[in-house]
Amino acid sequence: MNELRCKVLIVGGGPGGYVAAIRAGELGLDTVLIEADRLGGTCLNVGCIPSKALIHAADAVHALTEPLALNALGVSLAPPALDYARTIAWKDAIVLRLNTGVGALLKKAHVRSLRGRATLLDGKSALVHADTGEQRIHCEHLVIATGSEPMELAALPFGGDIMSSTEALALTEVPRSLAVVGAGYIGMELGMAFAKLGAKVTIVEALPRILPLYDEELTQPVARRLADLGVETMLSARALGFTRGALKVADAEGAETTIPADKALVAVGRRACTSGFGLETLDLTMAGPFLRIDERCATSMRNVWAIGDVTGEPMLAHRAMAQGEMVAEIVAGEKRAFDRVAMPAICFTDPEIVAVGLAPEAAKAAHREVLVGLFPFRANGRAMTKQAEEGFVRVVARADNHVVLGIHAVGAGVSELSAAFSLALEMGARLEDVAGTIHAHPTESEAFHEAALKALGKPLHI
Amino acid sequence: MGQRSIRMPDVGEGVAEAEIVEWSVRVGDVVREDQVVAAVMTDKATVEIPTPVAGTVLALGGGVGDVLAVGSELIRIDAPGLPDSPPPAPRKAAAAKPEALAPAAAAVAAETAPVDEAPRDAEAQASVVASPAAPQTGAPRPPGERPLASPAVRARARETGVDLRFVRGSGRAGRITHDDLEAFIARPPEAPAKRAGKEPNLAVETIKVVGLRRRIAQNMAESSRRVAHFSYVEEVDVTALEELRASLNARATEERPKLTMLPFLMLAIVKAVADFPQVNAHYDDDNDVITRFGAVHLGVATQTPVGLMVPVVRHAETLSLHECAREMRRVSEAARQGVAAREELSGSTITLTSLGALGGVASTPVVNRPEVAIVGVNKIVVRPVWRDGGFAPRKTMNLSSSFDHRVVDGYDAATFIQRVRALIETPASLFIEASSF
Repeated sequence: MNELRCKVLIVGGGPGGYVAAIRAGELGLDTVLIEADRLGGTCLNVGCIPSKALIHAADAVHALTEPLALNALGVSLAPPALDYARTIAWKDAIVLRLNTGVGALLKKAHVRSLRGRATLLDGKSALVHADTGEQRIHCEHLVIATGSEPMELAALPFGGDIMSSTEALALTEVPRSLAVVGAGYIGMELGMAFAKLGAKVTIVEALPRILPLYDEELTQPVARRLADLGVETMLSARALGFTRGALKVADAEGAETTIPADKALVAVGRRACTSGFGLETLDLTMAGPFLRIDERCATSMRNVWAIGDVTGEPMLAHRAMAQGEMVAEIVAGEKRAFDRVAMPAICFTDPEIVAVGLAPEAAKAAHREVLVGLFPFRANGRAMTKQAEEGFVRVVARADNHVVLGIHAVGAGVSELSAAFSLALEMGARLEDVAGTIHAHPTESEAFHEAALKALGKPLHI
Repeated sequence: MGQRSIRMPDVGEGVAEAEIVEWSVRVGDVVREDQVVAAVMTDKATVEIPTPVAGTVLALGGGVGDVLAVGSELIRIDAPGLPDSPPPAPRKAAAAKPEALAPAAAAVAAETAPVDEAPRDAEAQASVVASPAAPQTGAPRPPGERPLASPAVRARARETGVDLRFVRGSGRAGRITHDDLEAFIARPPEAPAKRAGKEPNLAVETIKVVGLRRRIAQNMAESSRRVAHFSYVEEVDVTALEELRASLNARATEERPKLTMLPFLMLAIVKAVADFPQVNAHYDDDNDVITRFGAVHLGVATQTPVGLMVPVVRHAETLSLHECAREMRRVSEAARQGVAAREELSGSTITLTSLGALGGVASTPVVNRPEVAIVGVNKIVVRPVWRDGGFAPRKTMNLSSSFDHRVVDGYDAATFIQRVRALIETPASLFIEASSF
């Protein structure tokens, strides 16, 4: 059997693992990365990137089918035709480009990447089952970055027409009808995209509203848009089972109905990948279903680190990347700790939602007196010219010292505003700092400026 | 001519290097011919170096504490009046600014102070970090409140090991700026628990170890590192000796002044080493050679204003009791005055050390390399001693001695001290010519 020695062994080549590997390599650490599948993990292969590609395609085709908006611009055209196979090929090309790119970056950083399944033997060694045979790897530092996978429902086991997001993104044709179980961000993003692509979509959610992790004010524009798109939503309802093109659902009162659906997408959350690779032998301390880590991403075993989804919520690629970068620097001897203030979360629904920091209710609970400033896009010139007047930017700040606690927005393309929001929170901005910053005109970012002015009680354009 | 280099002179026989212990001039100073410019120290003798030319000091060959080889440049002087020589540099511009050790306010104060007032005393050149702690700016943070700081400030705090919860922010809403953090690092706040009335003393003094102190430190460390010290403490009954001393001192005259205990001990050692040549020796451990001496050059450890010195009573075997006393007084006085000659400070073959009234009960003297034995004297106390079936008050004194166990065996060392003890306890034997006792 081949024996290999290295300073850092990273198990998992997702955004956490590959970023850790690149940084470790750059810092001159002898680094080995093991990935069972393709580099880039869930995010790049079956998550963020392909879903955004699909959403873009759906938006593109759907824009051509909204006669009112186009007529207003003076455009009229024949109904568009969609070659979905080409859409998927285009999406796959993007994924492949990024896969290759990650591989090149790793090579540039002198990281050895191995393809194969890893089995941890102890905190300092692992066995890799590669195509070329088995290889034993000894390391000084072990970084666990095994990520997460879609959660299954007992009543709806994956297989056949019951899909996880992975299969949904790999469909070769748009289903005529689609039942989406779970109105979290994954179910909502994909549900809306398939609706735009022409599927008849029904969303089933156990809680009484969609996107239950966001406050209602923020999700209302999305709910309205759902209705526009003809998506049916069944709230406070439980999926009971799926048989022969029909999803059986029990509503709040317990009354059972069936929803005709060619396919069912189950998007009820993701669970950490903590089994199947010998993690048990390390006997690390857990935090519920996740690996417990401290502020340096250290597990309960010395020189064993864990990053990304395997360490729990929020399961976000950018969190994993920041953790991976930090762990590599710590291993290289630098003093680091994960002390980030802002962890932006984005829903690529229509319209998009950005959430950074505390929502008004949570802010009130933490600090009692808060100021809230909300500026709607219908008062923003640029939003009008883009036919995107739905939504707003909302700023929450402490009443006593005006330190910004949270920034939220909903609207077309607001995901790109998240950079300004995160920076403001991370820098510890006060309302006056945002108000005192010139925001270019005409842009949607002016809504951020105006929301801060409003919270200070001196709005200009509303 | 123009620039003249004055080199480190050969200040003693076989001396290869000398340490600068004091500069009397600095760069930019104008010096007269024969003016003393520096003091250098070699083998415990300090020599003042004059300049043979008049002119302006251009450069110094080293700082206080630097060791220069004989022949290397000590000072460079520019003789004035020559056409190619530059005009004398203004004092202040050319003088090196004192190193700013204290931050912020103290540094400003140091720079505005006249340069001439910078400390000149080389031996005790000390920089005292000013103690009054500047209060932190900004209001204290309510308990539990997170410190407000940008990621860059947080990263810098982590790298420097500062917990931002203890740093006050001067910015709006208590924001900690880079300046706040740097100020905190430069001067941490005083201890939170302040006792009423008593201010914590935050003065810190750093003293450059130079000259004799450095020599002492090196010798002590070298002795401790190389010599396998074997210490032996024995009690000596000095009642008879004290009676003799009292009766001698009662008849003291100008020529024969009062005697201390030490001359008697010197006689005892001289007598004892005749039978124990292995303790009156040098051990050259670099070459594995032991040199035994017929002569007894007795080193007498002496406290001087600048530190410990060991002036030497040469050929103690030729001296009578009063001659011992006189010679010891002379060399130790010379050492204290700083006028001891080189040969009066070197060449001892065995050393006697006494702290007098401070002698304590026991001590562990450090062997004066390359010697192999040192005899220490502790204080005299009156003790009840069991004697002839009853307790009797006796004057007793401990001898604490150390030997180089590499070349002196414990048995020999103990027997040597027992011989010294027997001589002291029967003082008449000190004055019997033949060492038949």
